[in-house]
Amino acid sequence: MNRPIRRVTIFMGILLLAVVINLNWVQVVHGPAYRDNAANQRVQLDEYKRQRGLIALSGSGTQIAESVATTDALAYLRKYANGPLYAPITGFNSLYYGQSGIESAEDPVLSGSDDRLFVQRITNLITGRDPRGGNVIVTINKQAQTAAYQAMGNRRGAVVAMDPKTGAILAAVSTPSFDPNALSSHSAEGIKKAWAADNADPDQPMLNRAFDQTYPPGSVFKVVVSAAALKKTKADGKPAYTPASRIPAVNSLTLPGTTTQLRNFDGEQCADGKTDTLDHALTISCNTAFAQLGMTLGTEAIRDEAALFGIDDSDSSVPVRVAGSTVGPIQDQAALAQSSIGQRDVRITPLQGAMIAAAVANGGDLMTPYLVSEEQGPNLATLSHTDPTQLHQVMDSGQAAELTQMMEDVVNNGTGTAAQIPGIKVAGKTGTADNGPQRADGSYINAPHAWFSGFAPADNPRIAVAVIIENGGVAGNETTGGLAAAPVAKQVMQAYLDSIGVK
Amino acid sequence: MSTAVRSRSAGRSDRRLPTRRSTELLYVVMAAIIVGCAEAIVEITRDNKVSSHVATYAAVTLAIGVIAHIAIRRTARYADPLMLPCAVFLVGLGLVMIHRLDLGLAQQASEQGGTYAGVAAASQVVWAFIGLVVFLTVLLVVRDHRVLQRYAYTLALIGLFLLLMPAVLPARFSEVNGARIWIRVAGFSIQPGEISKICLTIFAAAYLVSKRDVLSLAGRRVLGVDLPRGRDLGPLLLAWLVSIGVLVRDHDLGTSLMFFGLFVVLLYVATERVSWVIIGVLLFIGGCYISYQFFGTVKERVNVWLHVFAYLQDQGYQMSQSLFGLGTGGLFGAGLGGGRPELVPVAKSDFILSSFGEELGLFGLVAILAVYVIFISRGFATSLAVRDSFGKMLVTGMAFSFGLQLFVVAGGVSRLLPETGLTTPFLSYGGSSLVANFGLLALLIRVSDAARRPPTTPPSEVTTDSGPVPITVDGAQ
Repeated sequence: MNRPIRRVTIFMGILLLAVVINLNWVQVVHGPAYRDNAANQRVQLDEYKRQRGLIALSGSGTQIAESVATTDALAYLRKYANGPLYAPITGFNSLYYGQSGIESAEDPVLSGSDDRLFVQRITNLITGRDPRGGNVIVTINKQAQTAAYQAMGNRRGAVVAMDPKTGAILAAVSTPSFDPNALSSHSAEGIKKAWAADNADPDQPMLNRAFDQTYPPGSVFKVVVSAAALKKTKADGKPAYTPASRIPAVNSLTLPGTTTQLRNFDGEQCADGKTDTLDHALTISCNTAFAQLGMTLGTEAIRDEAALFGIDDSDSSVPVRVAGSTVGPIQDQAALAQSSIGQRDVRITPLQGAMIAAAVANGGDLMTPYLVSEEQGPNLATLSHTDPTQLHQVMDSGQAAELTQMMEDVVNNGTGTAAQIPGIKVAGKTGTADNGPQRADGSYINAPHAWFSGFAPADNPRIAVAVIIENGGVAGNETTGGLAAAPVAKQVMQAYLDSIGVK
Repeated sequence: MSTAVRSRSAGRSDRRLPTRRSTELLYVVMAAIIVGCAEAIVEITRDNKVSSHVATYAAVTLAIGVIAHIAIRRTARYADPLMLPCAVFLVGLGLVMIHRLDLGLAQQASEQGGTYAGVAAASQVVWAFIGLVVFLTVLLVVRDHRVLQRYAYTLALIGLFLLLMPAVLPARFSEVNGARIWIRVAGFSIQPGEISKICLTIFAAAYLVSKRDVLSLAGRRVLGVDLPRGRDLGPLLLAWLVSIGVLVRDHDLGTSLMFFGLFVVLLYVATERVSWVIIGVLLFIGGCYISYQFFGTVKERVNVWLHVFAYLQDQGYQMSQSLFGLGTGGLFGAGLGGGRPELVPVAKSDFILSSFGEELGLFGLVAILAVYVIFISRGFATSLAVRDSFGKMLVTGMAFSFGLQLFVVAGGVSRLLPETGLTTPFLSYGGSSLVANFGLLALLIRVSDAARRPPTTPPSEVTTDSGPVPITVDGAQ
């Protein structure tokens, strides 16, 4: 009987060896993957024991997110002063649903796990001080942000403002917003309830419209087409177009290869119904003129120009994730005509809308947009400081000056008069973008989006701003886009210029 | 493993062979010291101060060890010296972890604004002492393991009744976390599988010893393997049916695998015929396949096992939390008290090994498994050394089922096997499990005493205490 017992013993040994080998796999080889799994709360729970750093505004020093000591076991509660106002920037930091916004993008610094904080952690270990996370200073301007949020009111949409000279993002508003405090509380039930409510809301309050949502730009895209035209040269090297050049501007354009008629808003006539100047076509936002101009310039020219402005299909980060803007596939001339007036498959983020204005405002130099101006250690020592960098040279300063003048005309006596600020020159472009499903006759079921993209002061630009109000326009009426969105832009620009003392 | 500590206190009659009782006592003391240190680490990590629990758990471990030790000294002085220390060490360590999980759950409850009223550790202490009483009773009543043969069929009935009881009872009396392996009456819940395991092991050992000659008869020879005669397949088929019944009714692959594996191994040991093993393995695989195909609950369990992260929030929650714990623990662990093992639902009973994996890391977990390996290997060593067939079969069965249970549980928490409701012997929270394993320990110690007792020494008080014993000589039937 002893021989089979010995064999059974060996078999038992093999079974337990298999367990040990499997444990090596689970705990060591695959262990880090399990540890970092998003659904694993352990690392996050540890971080709750450490005081998370602040998120503060660079100019005013206003703290928009801080961790305060509590008496419960999680030790620190994340609090967002003015949560809904700054939600597109801060994001949330939830025990159950992970993180978003700066909380996610700058998590290593805020939580204190960043490698640059290693020495600090060791020091704390020795001195017995509780480790803390570092701080993140964002470029947001309190006055611009507040003005934008208030001006938007209950309407769905977004506002993004940036400093055209540096690329610093001055305002990023998404409405309706959500309260990150509710998602970052210590009440499991409260968190789940808030999460469910925010997700069930048809207005999608947790969608970060400023950075993460793309919209058809409509006539705002005509600024890009204008820039492409102004850069076009004739065989002798001289510019092919100036703002005064007369371009075809018929009342109705048959799209090549189709029977579809492309008309102006409300079937209006631009100038004499045959030609119009480039300047005036932009001022009154003449669709047929720009559709024809785009077809004349060609797909390559439009696509290349759009890419220089940043519309290049690629996601980016500021470091909050920004969705990629695109001009779409543009398969034929008909698509090119529609794309040239910012319809068809052209989609841009509100941030991209601000970048279009910023590129023109800064003499053709498009600066890389950024949201974080400084990262600090817990001892307030600077870990990193963001220096402005140029993203693209979109056009030369002469072309930028011409385009600025054209955009000033839009605000002075075109579709964007609602953006006028007394005593300050404002430049901009309105948009009324058709979107969503169409009826059988080609008309749109939903009201068009209202856009405004502009900057001020036009002679020394300090702020570039883009405003989109979802379904804020009236179908077939270009001025309605300007009427809805331009006043918001005006208030943002005015609030910011007041705060920095520009009169 | 044992050191050369020689007992001077043993009786005069056994000078030639050391009883190693002092070795046992020394190891029991060491186990208690480690348990005290472990509790101290938990408390320092969590609260930066040490409470009276440190002394309590060390004292409980020491008390159980020493009382059991004295009983062994009196009634089984040649018993293996390592089994008891291993067992009390695991019980003590289990107490520390159960208390640590109590603390964690209380904290979790306060974080979520509730309160946790659990005092699992305290009730485990009570169960440990009840286990000790069972241990002493078995050791004192069963003075010679061979008497158990007489009650083989009675024990088989009790075992089967206990095993099938949860499957027959309505789910509200038998189901905990989807596995129907409980009997829950009036606030008490016992897992009868643990007790029936021992009963059925005794029965199988006795039955197979008496039938081994018949079962060894060769039938036809196919592919170089001697197949048994068709009419001898009956008992195996019965065991198979019961196992598959348990699998389908209770949704528990672990229990099913354990019982069938136990029976096949004992059949193999009794007959020395590999053909039985091959038939058994084929039957089991076939049975599992058929259950998988025809029973949705079995299929669902397997799917959760294979794609645990697809069921992250529901059926796969416990498993994925266990994997997260083990993975977060890594090589060295978070330290006792430093992890979050309470995130795994019912960590203290089914998933206590993953708690150790999280806080002690791979090293600590393998060290604990090594203690089990010592215990199991002492069991197999006893079965090799004991002279009677029944003793060999009994101890092989107990050591194998103990090891198989460990394999099923450890494999379950690390997703080598589908998860099961089985407990980790000695370590897990749970009265029935603890009590049953103390009974098993008593039997192992009883047989190991018989195995190591010098052949010349008369079977001491046995005959006077429990009457004449029918001595079954190896192969006499």
